[in-house]
Amino acid sequence: MSLTSDPPIDKATGPHTTVPTATGHDALTVVPVRHPWRWVAVAATAVVLAQFLHGLITNPGWEWDVFAQFFTAGTILKAVWVTLQLTLYGTVLGFALGIVLAFMRLSGSRFLRAVAYAYIWAFRSIPLIVQLLFWFNLAYLYKELRFGIPFGPGFFSFDTMNLVGAMSAAVLGLALHQAAYAAEIVRGGVLAVDDGQSEAAAALGIPRHRQLRRIVLPQAMRSILPNAANEIISLFKGTSIVSVMAIGELFYQVQVVYGRNGRVVPLLMVATVWYILLTSVLSVLQHYVERHYAKGAAR
Amino acid sequence: MSSTTEDTTPTPDAMVEIRSVHKRFGSLDVLRGIDLSVRAGEVTVVLGPSGSGKSTLLRTINHLEKVDRGWISVDGTLIGYRRDGDKLYELREREVLRQRTRIGFVFQNFNLFPHLTVVENIIEAPVAALGRPKKEALATAERLLARVGLADKAEAYPKQLSGGQQQRVAIARALALEPKLLLFDEPTSALDPELVGEVLDVIKDLALQGTTMIVVTHEIGFAREVADTVVFMDEGRIVEQGAPGDVLDRPRHERTRAFLSKVL
Repeated sequence: MSLTSDPPIDKATGPHTTVPTATGHDALTVVPVRHPWRWVAVAATAVVLAQFLHGLITNPGWEWDVFAQFFTAGTILKAVWVTLQLTLYGTVLGFALGIVLAFMRLSGSRFLRAVAYAYIWAFRSIPLIVQLLFWFNLAYLYKELRFGIPFGPGFFSFDTMNLVGAMSAAVLGLALHQAAYAAEIVRGGVLAVDDGQSEAAAALGIPRHRQLRRIVLPQAMRSILPNAANEIISLFKGTSIVSVMAIGELFYQVQVVYGRNGRVVPLLMVATVWYILLTSVLSVLQHYVERHYAKGAAR
Repeated sequence: MSSTTEDTTPTPDAMVEIRSVHKRFGSLDVLRGIDLSVRAGEVTVVLGPSGSGKSTLLRTINHLEKVDRGWISVDGTLIGYRRDGDKLYELREREVLRQRTRIGFVFQNFNLFPHLTVVENIIEAPVAALGRPKKEALATAERLLARVGLADKAEAYPKQLSGGQQQRVAIARALALEPKLLLFDEPTSALDPELVGEVLDVIKDLALQGTTMIVVTHEIGFAREVADTVVFMDEGRIVEQGAPGDVLDRPRHERTRAFLSKVL
């Protein structure tokens, strides 16, 4: 980026517009335009950055020794694992349901389209935290869960209180919330594939499910992946909201520890660095998965 | 749907029979009663201004478009419907897909699968739709690529090829199913002028080998050289049809004359 965009003007003669003639001008030297203000901006930014780093190292408030002590502590590692599990289950279940919803919205049946639309509307409208608390308190609404003929006799039943423990309530809430967003991402990806692709596949007599799996979805993945990666990363950090349900995930565990020892800042840094580290791993994974689906693409 | 008075018994030597086909998109009548027979081994070229319904007609032949009235049969089989008494029942998608494996279709925009290599494009339908062993399909693909002059491009991706090469791959892909009938929807309209010749040469070669084809095109020279029958369409109807010498050089209808004077 350039801060100065004026053309270089020769002070003595004004803008030089004469076209050089062939004789005697073969070795004209090109002088690039100078950007003195750019150097000023670079210097100013460098000073601010240096101050920040200096503060990180010298300010005793960060308590890096406490950070080091807790960063790999057993309770924290266990909490990181819980966070990863919540992300994994939320992603897998959320996208599985999301794909179903996406194809319901693309279906020829007006009823299926309406149901999927209503689902997406509802779950995008309810704040995640409100929804999580609903699931957590499911036992208030339904005392037991029974499998059997709809409106008829049941075969076996569960006590809701035991079935929907805190962890499964959290996974359920995250997945149902994620499904609404995943559905729109998948639908967008499918719509981005040129109509001619499924038409060509249909003209070749390729069976319907194979058209989807082999022709449409791999191409849809190219536009699904960047958005899906955004969603997974945001779900990964979003699991911290589950701390309201007293589930021992990373953010909750950190709160428990600093509640006990009062070292708020270093423990927040423990959580922060873990979140940054694992998000970076996800970003690297995203790069490789995207490269796989870019086969045959010009860019 | 279909008028019950129309006879659905195909004529013996006709590869394609089109009877009284009507099609409308919303309030627009695209096809207003088309009757056409194509004999086995013949090349039929369909000409006409844009919007005359020629592409739609082609797409009804492999049921990419449903017809509103009338019927179409290919090689003695009704397309898209099953006749029971005086009713035509719409076929399930799976049955329509099976019928399409006997009809090759080449698109104006090639519609190759960009994420698959050339050879993967060609073996996809034989393996997935006809259940051919992969090895056999690969051998056929190799032979077909040689036939369209692209033996060295088997492992390339479509985007690495020129438009003319892509269309030749698309023709090989259609041939891989060993279809009874080949349909071409303006196969050279999306090509740079200098690449049109190589695609037309491949189609001419197929014509010489007795492939039954219906070609929608604007290439009058190609029609004159290759067609057994030239059909001129306008506003959803067939205005006239006959040998290329008759239709192109001695058109009987004013509309045909006007069209030819513009494109020749």
